Amino acid sequence: MLLQVSAATMAEGASLPPAGASACSGCHAANTAGTLVPSLLGRNPVDIEAAMRDFRNGSRPATVMDRIAKGFTDDEVKAIAAWYGAIKP
Amino acid sequence: MAAGLTAGLPLPAFARGAAGQVVVVGGGFGGATCARAVKRLEPGLTVTLVEADPAATYTACPFSNEVIAGARGLGEQQFRYDKLAADDIAVCFLPALAVDPQHQVVTVADGRKFPYDRLVLAPGIDFRGGDPPGYGEAAATLMPHAWKAGPQTLLLRRQLQAMPEGGTVVITAPENPYRCPPGPYERASLIAHFLKTNKPRAKLLLLDAKDTFSKQKLFQNAWAALYPGLIEWVSLSQGGKVTAVDAQAMTLATDFATHKADVANVIPSQKAGGIAAIAGVADKTGWCPIDPVTFASTLQPNIHVIGDAAVAGAMPKSAFAANAQAKVCAAAIVASLAGDPAPTAKLINTCYSLVAPDYGISVAGVYHAADGKLLDVEGAGGTSPIDAPPERRAAEAAEAKAWFRAITAEVFG
Repeated sequence: MLLQVSAATMAEGASLPPAGASACSGCHAANTAGTLVPSLLGRNPVDIEAAMRDFRNGSRPATVMDRIAKGFTDDEVKAIAAWYGAIKP
Repeated sequence: MAAGLTAGLPLPAFARGAAGQVVVVGGGFGGATCARAVKRLEPGLTVTLVEADPAATYTACPFSNEVIAGARGLGEQQFRYDKLAADDIAVCFLPALAVDPQHQVVTVADGRKFPYDRLVLAPGIDFRGGDPPGYGEAAATLMPHAWKAGPQTLLLRRQLQAMPEGGTVVITAPENPYRCPPGPYERASLIAHFLKTNKPRAKLLLLDAKDTFSKQKLFQNAWAALYPGLIEWVSLSQGGKVTAVDAQAMTLATDFATHKADVANVIPSQKAGGIAAIAGVADKTGWCPIDPVTFASTLQPNIHVIGDAAVAGAMPKSAFAANAQAKVCAAAIVASLAGDPAPTAKLINTCYSLVAPDYGISVAGVYHAADGKLLDVEGAGGTSPIDAPPERRAAEAAEAKAWFRAITAEVFG
């Protein structure tokens, strides 16, 4: 997410956030202790994509993420996951 | 040169970056987020934040209902701008008094002028005078609105604590649109929680200018379960619209009755914060029409409006939405200054409400630009389930708290 990206990371050529990515950090902060709402920085994009897919199809228990995941296409999720995965925590 | 807090000094000419100047008016969830996002995306831009609070402190509204109910301290709601200054954002703690859209200059209260290539207005809300009739600044010292957090929050809390047993609390809820659609109902819930514990014979009357409200079924089911007989909601059709208030007499009149209150919380009708009309970006509704992709005003060039002040289609007026809009707006501004097309945007909102400290409910939405408006993405979003075990409600309450920590860390940390 924009604000968790250090100036150094931006200078190293991190790309602009793809559609939807910047809204995630409203809840998914970089520095959350514990796993209640986990940080997305540096996570394996495959894991983020799988989680979003499972939220969307209802196979992963959710409070709010099922409702949010249904708002994103596979391509959008792929781009968001890749973007977060590329940012060093 | 590091631009620190510029409370007393004009910006020297050499400090104006050649790459462009972005001025943001309003240091809340929208404006502070936008200033930081612009600076992070393009460090070469000169970013100035104009914030009216002379104490250089932001007092957040989300969770202020817990302060009112005596379950939280106001200090937990307060944030400062040191980290923005450390990000090389020039922060000026004065109200903006004028905007010249032709010459692209903002004038602040001491006469200093801030030229801009792009201006972001995030002024939040102001109250429409005399709506309800009889309500204004003087009345607010007796019947607080507490719809801008700070001294009003503490005033309402003190009044509730001092209320005699068996008293009546009256809350009035305005017509749409207004800041924080579920807010009056969360407030009723948490005040009921306070009353049930501390003043069990008290009653709460909620006079509404509407016939429906956000998460209504969830709230009403929870009220019946947690606070039976305590909260009476009077809808518009049942005569809930307040036609006059008398703050001295502590009475609130509707078409059907005059109600005497021991404590009265009037949530007045609202409009965009005053600088919006001054800048010419507010329409006759009092709110600011914007482009759904860039948040650029449709009424004035090179001015963007975000947060509560904006007409943001299906997005509600919430802190979460303001923060999301701010980041999209920042990306659009940076692209525009670089001569690039605006990025495609998708936005999210999630509004949490606490019906009790351990009982949370939420409404979420995902939005995109279509037909010139911000619309809900079909099939996404929605509310918490109508029936859910206590563990689910407790989980959402915990997530609400986690959200507040995350978002305030992002904006001010």
